[in-house]
Amino acid sequence: MDQTLISVASLAPAVAEIWLVFAICVLLLVEVFAGTKRPGLTGTLTLLALVIGAALTVRYGQVPHRVLLFDRTYVADELGVVLKLAGFLFVAVALLYSRDYLENRNIQRGEYYVLALTALLGVFVLVSANSLVTVYLGVELLALSVYAMVAFDRDSGVSAESAMKYFVLGAIASGMLLYGMSLIYGLTGTLDLGEIAARLHAPLTPGVVLGLTFIVVAVAFKLGAVPFHMWLPDVYEGAPTSVTLFISTVPKIAYFALALRLLAQGLAGTESEWTQMLAALVVLTLIVGNVVAIVQTNLKRMLAYSAIANVGFILLGFVAGTADGYSAALYYTLQYVLVTLGSFGVILLAGAKGFEADRLDDYKGLQQRDPLLAVTMMVAMFSLAGVPPFIGFWAKLRIIQALWETNHLWLVVLAVTMSVVGAYYYLRVVKLMYFDDPTTTAPAAAREPGVRFALGLNAAAALALGLLPGPLLDLCARLIH
Amino acid sequence: MHALLSCLIWIPIAAGVLILLLGERNIVIGRWLALAASLVTLALTVPLWAHFDTTTAAMQFIEQLPWIPRFRAYYALGVDGISLPLIVLTAFMTVPVVIAGWTVIEKRPAQYYAAFLIMEGLMIGVFAATDALLFYFFWEAMLIPMFLIIGIWGGPRRVYATIKFFLYTFLGSVFMLAALIYMYVKAGDYAIASFQAMPLSLIEQRWIFVAFLLAFAVKVPMWPVHTWLPDAHVEAPTGGSVILAAIMLKMGGYGFLRFSLPVAPDASRELDLLVITLSLIAVIYIGYVALVQLDMKKLIAYSSISHMGFVTLGAFVMYEIVRNTGSLQGAGMGVDGAMVQMVSHGLISGALFLCVGVLYDRLHSRQIADYGGVVNTMPVFAAFMVLFALANTGLPGTSGFVGEFLVIIASFRASFWYSALAAVTLILSSGYTLWLVKRVVFGPVTSPRVAALQDLNGREYLVLGALAVAVLLVGVWPAPLLKVMQPTVHHLVSQAVATKL
Repeated sequence: MDQTLISVASLAPAVAEIWLVFAICVLLLVEVFAGTKRPGLTGTLTLLALVIGAALTVRYGQVPHRVLLFDRTYVADELGVVLKLAGFLFVAVALLYSRDYLENRNIQRGEYYVLALTALLGVFVLVSANSLVTVYLGVELLALSVYAMVAFDRDSGVSAESAMKYFVLGAIASGMLLYGMSLIYGLTGTLDLGEIAARLHAPLTPGVVLGLTFIVVAVAFKLGAVPFHMWLPDVYEGAPTSVTLFISTVPKIAYFALALRLLAQGLAGTESEWTQMLAALVVLTLIVGNVVAIVQTNLKRMLAYSAIANVGFILLGFVAGTADGYSAALYYTLQYVLVTLGSFGVILLAGAKGFEADRLDDYKGLQQRDPLLAVTMMVAMFSLAGVPPFIGFWAKLRIIQALWETNHLWLVVLAVTMSVVGAYYYLRVVKLMYFDDPTTTAPAAAREPGVRFALGLNAAAALALGLLPGPLLDLCARLIH
Repeated sequence: MHALLSCLIWIPIAAGVLILLLGERNIVIGRWLALAASLVTLALTVPLWAHFDTTTAAMQFIEQLPWIPRFRAYYALGVDGISLPLIVLTAFMTVPVVIAGWTVIEKRPAQYYAAFLIMEGLMIGVFAATDALLFYFFWEAMLIPMFLIIGIWGGPRRVYATIKFFLYTFLGSVFMLAALIYMYVKAGDYAIASFQAMPLSLIEQRWIFVAFLLAFAVKVPMWPVHTWLPDAHVEAPTGGSVILAAIMLKMGGYGFLRFSLPVAPDASRELDLLVITLSLIAVIYIGYVALVQLDMKKLIAYSSISHMGFVTLGAFVMYEIVRNTGSLQGAGMGVDGAMVQMVSHGLISGALFLCVGVLYDRLHSRQIADYGGVVNTMPVFAAFMVLFALANTGLPGTSGFVGEFLVIIASFRASFWYSALAAVTLILSSGYTLWLVKRVVFGPVTSPRVAALQDLNGREYLVLGALAVAVLLVGVWPAPLLKVMQPTVHHLVSQAVATKL
């Protein structure tokens, strides 16, 4: 009796995952019995489940210090709690923005929401992983859910094609990850990330470097760093926009956690090796992402290349290889997700039934048709370009600071130069919305005021956190130490 | 009293946001609100000037609140003799811009006023910030409203012009940011004063100097990174041109005085010839370029570049003066000249752009060839235009004379050839300005459209009249201005000639 009590209480740090599993099961049943009669029900319940999950995490999931659970395969720490809360919030916002879109395209089905939740569960597992197996479990759970989401619009050939591409390339990356892990496991004899860190130190054997290389490749693939980025523009463009919104936001947090838990914590002893590898990838990523984005005519595809460029900045934090660098990367990731929610939110809301607002030309004169959407998009673009007073400025500042602290002069020069190149294509979107006259006089379709309010709040957050960046910067620094 | 600078920054911004929220439907209220806000801001500079202590070089009206404790960055404001005149100039020039747009702007007027008021607050913020991070924050944020002003209300090639403007200035600025962060990592905080005090090796100073040069040279603009300016000026609406010429160009000069000289004095001494050469090229070559312009706005834009060459020349001749004569007083004269030139050029170029605006509103052309004999139909306007044109050529009695005279005298102490070359501009600027006046204002009426012109209305009369008074006042009685600057300039010179090695 006593023992059960203790073990139940000791599960509290994993309350977010446990609740999600429970919610997924319930929602599946709800969908089976009530889905066809009341199509919006599952969506509403999902939002409710996310809110409750966040509340439970705040109430029971807090840990005073680092705790290892489940035979040391699971770690609960403050970083995990904050990232999970961010996950709940961002998924809720993403699903909120998507509702009308899904309904207009007749893909408003319960499975969509359930897949979003399983993907989120994968994110959580990854965020709390303390063993190679848990890492892999999280990666696969997330990836498989997202493959299915990309293919969700089953009547669309483009979606199916991009899902197929994503799946095949993703499977190769997973294979790389698994192979790298197996090498590390074979050479250290343990799956525990803490143990691996303790057993790996210089001088490194060639086997370790080989295993490390595979892992770096897999991480680069998942994040979309050049030259492992080929899938990303196709998937962003081909997937239904609501799915693009989803995969451009929450998984970024997961893959940040993947890089942090695997490289920065588990393979800390091999830092000098992987920072070199990442530096080479970052140079390519920044150049290719920014330059190729310039010539895009499709907004989703342009934002895909922008995502690649931003991943370059996130990885720069890892190249610095210091706690300051990791917290800069964390800050960058969180602000990127926040701002990207806004920009894709606008794409979702600017469309209408039978009309996908994904070409750049669709945004001509948006300011006159719908000022709120235009202003939100403008905030997102200036923020991504790194112009104050928006939050994106601080993210770039933080990264450059971390690079200076480790004396990476040329990477600083490259980063600031590339942010100017990036500014060009972000400005182009502002130009279309504000300087051009609309080609159609039809006002953007009226939406639920609640969703519009959320979008406005999203833009306001990017401004407010840009004016007073202190608290979030402090939080990110505290989480890493 | 202590929040005076904050009021100067945030009252216009708050008014701008309010006008945006009121929207285009309440534009009548919005317009009056814009005028009220700009007048209140101008009124607030009166106590700022009156209570300014002209005996010290220290920062005054200091405000300091923690902003980002993690970076030890503060919301820190203050003014000294360099920033005070520029803040007053900013507040002064925004009023005519608001009045000049009163009935002329038909497209989204609420956004127009909001953009200018927000600009005003941000520009005052640039001059008032004593924390480098805060300075950069305002410096960059300012690009957004200007980008929109040129892009929305500009001429036919506005998109090209505004993107060029943004990218040019952004490119310059990001290198400055990199330099600022580098110094932060070394110094541990972002206070400009600690950047000025920290020791730096010559190599570090060279890099930092080059990064600053990129940022400020683009803003001034110096030859050969000036090409964005004629495009931006030509395409911008009148108000945009006025603010661009009167205030935004001054930020480059201000940056040299606030950052380049005191933070990297040894590199400045080493590379002063580079800046002097570029300045003289701007003064002479761009003067010739101005001669051949067919577009009035473009002509004034090139004249701006040429005149701003005096600012950088005046700031950087000090090293050679000290080398030749050892006189800090003489070195200070060059900086004095640079400062007066900035204020004076702000007034004159702003006024000239407003004059062009007056003509453009009537005939919708900026081509010199479309005019001729304007004096016959618009005698009052012609009087103003001639006054500002003469001020632009540096006629004694106008503000244009004081700055150029000081700089030429100072550069004579450095080298005969500097002053001889700089003095060429007196001939050139008379040439292009008076020729412009001759072709546009004098002569017989050339076309029926000119014959139908109406003279100034009350609003335009008020605006140009106020500027004329200011131009003459600074020209006849520059003493108060020089007195305000003196201790700060003296302190700056001693900082700039000291070594940091």
